[in-house]
Amino acid sequence: MAAYTFNINDEKQQVEVTEGTSLLWVLREHLGLTGTKYGCGIAQCGACTIHVDDRPMRACTLTVDGLTENQKITTIEGLSEAGDHPVQKAWIEAQAPQCGYCQSGQIMQAVALLNENPEPSRKDIQSYMNGNLCRCGTYLRIVEAIQLASKNRLAKK
Amino acid sequence: MNPSTRSASRRQFLKTSSGMALFVGVSGLLPIALSCADRKKIGEQLSKQPLTAWVQLSEDGQLTIYNPAAEMGQGSMTSLPVIFAEEMDADWSMVQVIFSPQESDIYGSEGWGASRKVMLSAGSRVTTGYYSLMRKAGAQARHIILHSAAKLWKVPIGELTTKIGKVVHPEQGLSASYGEIVPFLEVPEILPDFNEKGLKDPADFRLIGKSVARTEIPEKVNGSAQFAIDIRLPNMVYAVLERGAIHGARPALKNKASILAMDGVLKILPMDHAIGIVATTLERALEVKKRLEIDWEHGQTGGFNSKDVFAVYEKHAEKKTKGKVLTEIGNVKKAFRSAAKTYRADFKNDYVYHAQMEPLNAVVQVATDRQSAEVWVGSQQGFDEKLGVPKVLGIPPEAVKINLQYLGGGFGRRSMTDFVTECALLAQEIPGRPVKLLWTREDDLTYGAFRPQTLQRLSASTDAKGNITGLSHSIIGDGGNLVASGIKNNYYDIPNQYAEWKEVSHGIRLKHWRSVGHAPNKYAIECLLDGIALDQGIDPLALRRTLMRNAPRALATLEKAAIMSKWNGPAVEGRAKGLAFLERSGTLSTAVCEISVNRETGKIKVHHFWNALDAGVIVQPDNVRAQMEGGILMGMSSVLKERITIAEGQVQQSNFHDYPLLRMEDIPESIETEMIPSTEHPQGVGESGTPLVACAIANAFLRLTGKALRHLPFTPDRVLEVLNSADREKKYASISHSN
Ligand code: FES
Ligand code: FES
Repeated sequence: MAAYTFNINDEKQQVEVTEGTSLLWVLREHLGLTGTKYGCGIAQCGACTIHVDDRPMRACTLTVDGLTENQKITTIEGLSEAGDHPVQKAWIEAQAPQCGYCQSGQIMQAVALLNENPEPSRKDIQSYMNGNLCRCGTYLRIVEAIQLASKNRLAKK
Repeated sequence: MNPSTRSASRRQFLKTSSGMALFVGVSGLLPIALSCADRKKIGEQLSKQPLTAWVQLSEDGQLTIYNPAAEMGQGSMTSLPVIFAEEMDADWSMVQVIFSPQESDIYGSEGWGASRKVMLSAGSRVTTGYYSLMRKAGAQARHIILHSAAKLWKVPIGELTTKIGKVVHPEQGLSASYGEIVPFLEVPEILPDFNEKGLKDPADFRLIGKSVARTEIPEKVNGSAQFAIDIRLPNMVYAVLERGAIHGARPALKNKASILAMDGVLKILPMDHAIGIVATTLERALEVKKRLEIDWEHGQTGGFNSKDVFAVYEKHAEKKTKGKVLTEIGNVKKAFRSAAKTYRADFKNDYVYHAQMEPLNAVVQVATDRQSAEVWVGSQQGFDEKLGVPKVLGIPPEAVKINLQYLGGGFGRRSMTDFVTECALLAQEIPGRPVKLLWTREDDLTYGAFRPQTLQRLSASTDAKGNITGLSHSIIGDGGNLVASGIKNNYYDIPNQYAEWKEVSHGIRLKHWRSVGHAPNKYAIECLLDGIALDQGIDPLALRRTLMRNAPRALATLEKAAIMSKWNGPAVEGRAKGLAFLERSGTLSTAVCEISVNRETGKIKVHHFWNALDAGVIVQPDNVRAQMEGGILMGMSSVLKERITIAEGQVQQSNFHDYPLLRMEDIPESIETEMIPSTEHPQGVGESGTPLVACAIANAFLRLTGKALRHLPFTPDRVLEVLNSADREKKYASISHSN
């Protein structure tokens, strides 16, 4: 057991866990940030997607030892105060989720995409989102939501 | 309003009402509940659960509606309350929806053929099963409000009406919100049992058939939607199981002492099929799982090889012995004897896995005295009382409380209760502490319960004009109803039909998988039709038009899909369209898809998918569209990518790296859905999309290449093999025909 300190959603968080513990279990079971999901544990599904210094990462393959408190970790819970991030709003407008289980990961991946590329083509969206599985088959609405978010953001400028 | 005579007495109603709120428990449903065998039990339940009813209305006008069904993405959290609110004429903006208690005596449906009421969300039957009940309950709630306002204002009830959450007396200019009526609620002596005529005219619907945003979507985009896997409770501990690589194998743990000595290990529980471990943290439990040294005794599937078994199936197909007869119409033998031409084709399909995104899990807390238990679970509910927990714990059902959570996908897997009872057994070992059992993805896949593998042998006869006169369909495989669903052709006019199931069992765990037997069976039937069409030089659409001459509703979906897809329009270079029609859960649907094939890699690309359906009254059109999109994409995934193979009794895949699912790069440009307007009773939609895919793709492939895809899934290696096969004839050549 060892003590670790992280910066998660702009808060300092301390946990005491065994070395090598996956960040996913720390977030979910130790800190109660359960919006980040477990789907495969081997970086194949994207359900556990979070941001580390604004870049999308799979929490299931990060371990506590691989992170420092200087790195900024953002989970779905820290994306917006009231679930009203432009991407979240677009997701509601498109009525994208079905079971919802993959959606936190999809949204975190989509936010990172739009930060990098505010006007992605359909192809750009498809390739950037390719690592995020959705068994319910909401892919078409995810594309639509990302296009909506992109459009809404441009309209605001 | 046109109340009929059957009614619930006031005394029955008052049992469920309170001074503060209106509980319309009595409407439609509660009289049935009260008439059930154990009245006392229901009474006790109601007093324990003051919210046991369909709705609660408070003075501030807030309306809470209870949803008796599971929510797994199919939208029950919105569709059922919408139906209720429509008839109550409620203000939808004041509605909040929560799960009803999991008490099947009260909230269950009688439509499952069991001796008692059952709560079960499966077979796309939620909307169809609760539609009438919800309408009636809503109408009764409205009636109580009208009755109370009439008393309050001392006017005849006939002079009152309602207007979106308000009761009004137009002549005297009186108006009060439903909430304002709450302190004056009075229950009529006779509560009308509304029949069809007393209900709203569908032309006046303002919620049903309109775009109503799904109630639970906001929580699903901010991460707060709670799945069972997200449950955290004080003092909670974690459990995992190590199950045998061969299903049913018995374990003998060799290093028990050293495992028990490990830090954080609380319990080891040897079970018939697994070694259970309970530890203080999840990471510890998972670590310990890897360190177990187990000797496995022989299991039920030892020695089984899924690839080789098709040869055995073929032998069964050849045998003259009859299987279990599923359909017998007319005289197929006679039809074949007098045929101008006969056709025969075999179709195969491999096992597929549910792959719901939330791996199986449950949380169970057994009380310190072991006399009661509480369960948190994402379940499609089911026939086992309280998910089988009372039985394994040896306590009465009323001592078990089920807290239903959102399901991270069901698809049939979550109507099994194996993961719940496993957790209950583990929790019993640590009474007083909640136990969270997690199946890893590897557990979920390797100890899956699959859609069965089958071989299907079909033959057909045609007369001199090319009319299909006979159809014979033989299914060889394991699974009973799992392989038989979808075998019937009620919408095609084929005078002589025969279908049978020949059982060959291997001990593989099997389960309903979205649309059950429909996907393999309709694939075989629809492909045979297109093979015949090709051979006879008939357009597949024209062939089906003839077959549907006595089924106008089916025909309407066919014509609609033809228009949507521009069936007769010019083909895009290198692409072709394929057609499929089927009935599933009462919904009729025709689909057209457009594909192309990469002849070097064998990869099939689906460009567009159009579908037209008749599902009766459409409660939530946008959700129907979403269900069709999702069902079709799941169908594409299974048809193009998914295959479970079993070698020496062991599942060969373990996670998404070797059991690939459809990803974003492979989605079509569009999926378009049109719904035929209807006033018929609503039917199930959730499983309609999935089985359309194999037939539509294979039929498009046949038109594009002249070759037949006969083995699901159509992975690139198989497609290449078909493309490169010696047969270059532009004929449906593998169908043998004789004149
Ligand atoms: S759980 Fe991390 S990618 Fe699947
Ligand atoms: S919404 Fe269910 S897995 Fe994506």
